[in-house]
Amino acid sequence: MRRRSPVFLARRAYRLRRLRDAARLLPLAGAFLLLLPILWAPAPQATRDTAWDGIYIFAIWGLLILAAALLAQGLTAGDEGAGPDPEGDAADARRVGRR
Amino acid sequence: MPFNLLVLACLTYAALLFAIAFAAERHMQGGAARWLRSPLVYTLSLSIYCTAWTFYGAVGYAARSGLEFATIYLGPTLVFVGWWWVLRKLVRIGRRQRVTSIADMISSRYGKSNLLGVIVTLISVVAATPYIALQLQSVTLSFGVFAAAGAYGWAMPDTNSTALWVAVGLALFTILFGTRNLDANEQHTGIVTAIAVEAVVKLVALLAVGIYVVWVLADGPLDIFERINASALADWQLLPSRWTGLIFLSAAAVLTLPRMFQVLVVECSDERNLATASWAFPLYLAAMSVFVVPIAVVGLQMLPAGANPDLFVLTLPLSQGQGGLAMLAFLGGFSSATSMVIVASIALSTMVSNHIVMPLWLSLRPTREVTGDVRRLVLHARRFSIAGVLGLGYLYYSLSGGSAALAAIGLISFAGVAQMLPAMLGAIFWRGATRVGATAGLCIGFGIWAYTLFLPSFGPGGVYPLTMFMEGPFGIGWLRPQALFGVAGMDPLIHALFWSLSLNTVVFTLGSLLSFPTPVERVQGLAFVNVFDTDRGETLAWEAGQVEPEELLKLAQKILGDEPALIFFEQAAAAQGTVGYLPDPTPEFLDVLERKLAGAVGAAAAHAMIAELAGRARVTVADLMRVADETAQIMEYSGQLEAQRAEMERTARQLREANEKLTQLSIQKDAFLSQISHELRTPMTSIRAFSEILMEGDVPPDMASRQARIIHDEAIRLTRLLDDLLDLSVLENGTVQLDLRLASLNELIDRALRAAAQTRPDRVFMVWRDLPSEALFLRTDPDRLSQVFINLVSNSRKYCDAAKPELRINVKQRGARVIVDFIDNGSGIPKDKQQIIFEKFARLSDQTRAGGAGLGLAICREIMANLGGTIAYLPAQGGAAFRVTLPLRLEKHPFADAA
Repeated sequence: MRRRSPVFLARRAYRLRRLRDAARLLPLAGAFLLLLPILWAPAPQATRDTAWDGIYIFAIWGLLILAAALLAQGLTAGDEGAGPDPEGDAADARRVGRR
Repeated sequence: MPFNLLVLACLTYAALLFAIAFAAERHMQGGAARWLRSPLVYTLSLSIYCTAWTFYGAVGYAARSGLEFATIYLGPTLVFVGWWWVLRKLVRIGRRQRVTSIADMISSRYGKSNLLGVIVTLISVVAATPYIALQLQSVTLSFGVFAAAGAYGWAMPDTNSTALWVAVGLALFTILFGTRNLDANEQHTGIVTAIAVEAVVKLVALLAVGIYVVWVLADGPLDIFERINASALADWQLLPSRWTGLIFLSAAAVLTLPRMFQVLVVECSDERNLATASWAFPLYLAAMSVFVVPIAVVGLQMLPAGANPDLFVLTLPLSQGQGGLAMLAFLGGFSSATSMVIVASIALSTMVSNHIVMPLWLSLRPTREVTGDVRRLVLHARRFSIAGVLGLGYLYYSLSGGSAALAAIGLISFAGVAQMLPAMLGAIFWRGATRVGATAGLCIGFGIWAYTLFLPSFGPGGVYPLTMFMEGPFGIGWLRPQALFGVAGMDPLIHALFWSLSLNTVVFTLGSLLSFPTPVERVQGLAFVNVFDTDRGETLAWEAGQVEPEELLKLAQKILGDEPALIFFEQAAAAQGTVGYLPDPTPEFLDVLERKLAGAVGAAAAHAMIAELAGRARVTVADLMRVADETAQIMEYSGQLEAQRAEMERTARQLREANEKLTQLSIQKDAFLSQISHELRTPMTSIRAFSEILMEGDVPPDMASRQARIIHDEAIRLTRLLDDLLDLSVLENGTVQLDLRLASLNELIDRALRAAAQTRPDRVFMVWRDLPSEALFLRTDPDRLSQVFINLVSNSRKYCDAAKPELRINVKQRGARVIVDFIDNGSGIPKDKQQIIFEKFARLSDQTRAGGAGLGLAICREIMANLGGTIAYLPAQGGAAFRVTLPLRLEKHPFADAA
């Protein structure tokens, strides 16, 4: 028997869970987009488009960074309730050392 | 630029880093400087991923293979962007289990198996060798570029000896930096700060060169755009296997590289820093990569055809006469190389000392007890392994000829550490992963990597003869190192990566499925995989009550250092509801202590050490029931019962202690009365007897005067006793007048030693003091304080039973408090008596031998309370030891508030 949790959640908690889902999906989406160039790899060599390839990759890169930054903000704000590790020995040790 | 100026610049830069690290550590000890543990510093410290390979090699890589260079940074980007999957869990486990290295983590997960620790350590050391060689090569090459540019100054030695000198310099630097002390939790704030500064230097340097290339040498981004499409770079072919394989490889490497694990998990002080790093580190990587292609393209166009593209970052500014910019670029490359080597060798040396040297030492030493200074042993082991690791790197450099392109060497290293990926991911996501599976998988993967990639990297004729490549060993065609099982035509790197990792995973999975884990493994598996669900990490129950806490304290002092160990034990005792320095050796306490020790010497060694003192760890039925999910609910209930029971036990212990103390006090009260009547009667009797004789008259005058002296002496003894009693009652009431002034601690101790020399002047005492530490001025009542000191010293003169008595006086300052320890080398005070020595009339041995009334320590205790301090007995110091703690500046009477 697992710990019981409610079947439906309040709006805030619901949003937080979807945010975590998004955080989990982001690297998969990123991997897909970064592997896309494989599909157009054997393109005809008539037009040289290395620079465009580069711009595409850096654009995806930038998008990933932006999305991660937005998600990180939401995730840490949601995590605040849980707080940091409550029984962290390291924290105790540091407190003692400072005494 | 002259070579000697260049060397001077490097040395100055290194000295600057040293100063920064030192200042950061000082700040940290002061407790200030939260920013040292801020997300920014954390993110910047992660940048050791970008080594000299990135700094110089990325441009060379781009010049040779176009956009493929970006894969090395796209993999880590995906891992960091997906931090919610893996990194978050890794960091949480690392902090919860006090992991000291990747080897420690894997060995700890698979039942604290030392064999696995050794395997992971060996893989890491071997795989790091090419990487360190790469750093040596790039620094040497960059020296070469500068030295060639100027013909004056010192002549540069040949490349091989330059590399040697660089290796020696880096080893010294790392030893000075990284092994000054043994940290309880293996965090090196100073180094992390220095690494963060280096991260800024290399980013600024690369951006500066990039901006110079794009906006000064070329006419802005549009021009660059056209130049790219016009250059040879545009001819690159995206090979799907390499593109996918390299993204995967770099993603695996960023998780498994020992140095990345060190900064990512071990040095992580706050999990929330990871959220920031999840986007800031990819941003750093993107910033490092954005100018790589422009530099490569412009370099290919402007520099002569034979120029080494690995050095464009340096040679482009130099060819344009931009000496300053080139110098900046040089320092950037130097930063990249040094920071990587420092962190990598610290991480590797921790692994070598914890998983190879400590276990060897534990099994080789003759006696069961932990003797000698373990801390020094560990530090020496680390220093030697740092030198060893760099030595291996140099060896690889000189053997492989230092000629291969930078990127190729780095990838060999990546593929080596990536072998740890299956065991690592299995460790944190799959409860069914077992030690047998992990060991077999690691060995297979490592073996194939070595056979197909590492050994061939020395080139045909290096380790393998040429025929081996063509026809396979002994002519067995399907064993050709670069065409295993007849799969020819694959890129050698991808070929090695594919076979090693896939067979590694298969063997790991099959081994896990077919074997059965030990109880310890199952408990650890639960603690790792369900780290977010369980409140407490592991509950590996030690048998209670088999071990003397003094023995544990001795062990802890050897490993953690005297002072931290005492603080830790005092705190644990307080948590159990007792006072003093010796907590009860409950299973919980042993568990916490084990994790604390694991922070210093690694999980396996700490486990072994405590197991020797406490007997074998017992995995209780309860633990295994907790492992089984179905019974989780029952366990939760019994967990609550357990907590209640613990609470009751604690209360009972407190009651028991209070009761014991009351009983003893009552006995003492009786003793006090009989004592005081006895003490008063003895002199009274002799006074009465002798005065009667005197009254009778006709006593010879000389006899009369002798008897009068006896009467006088006895009266003095009486007065002294009454004085003491009076003193004690005044002190106890807190009505004593303190005469507060400034006094030199040194003089107080001098005075105490002089005054106490009168007690048993026949004994020759060796006194050890540390005069510089005594140079403190206290604001206190010097007469009262020296009364305490005199008492302690003369006690020690009276009771120390060593043949060659010695007394050590240690003075320490802790913030606004001063600690003075008096430690002799006698047999000390037995544990059952330690509680009562500060009580009135508490004499330990026969009543008359000492001659005092047993009030001395009671008075000392009251004096110290009046001076705002404490006096306590210190256990496990190899003799009787007393610790006097008092404020540096006593402002007013401590009881004034209460009045």
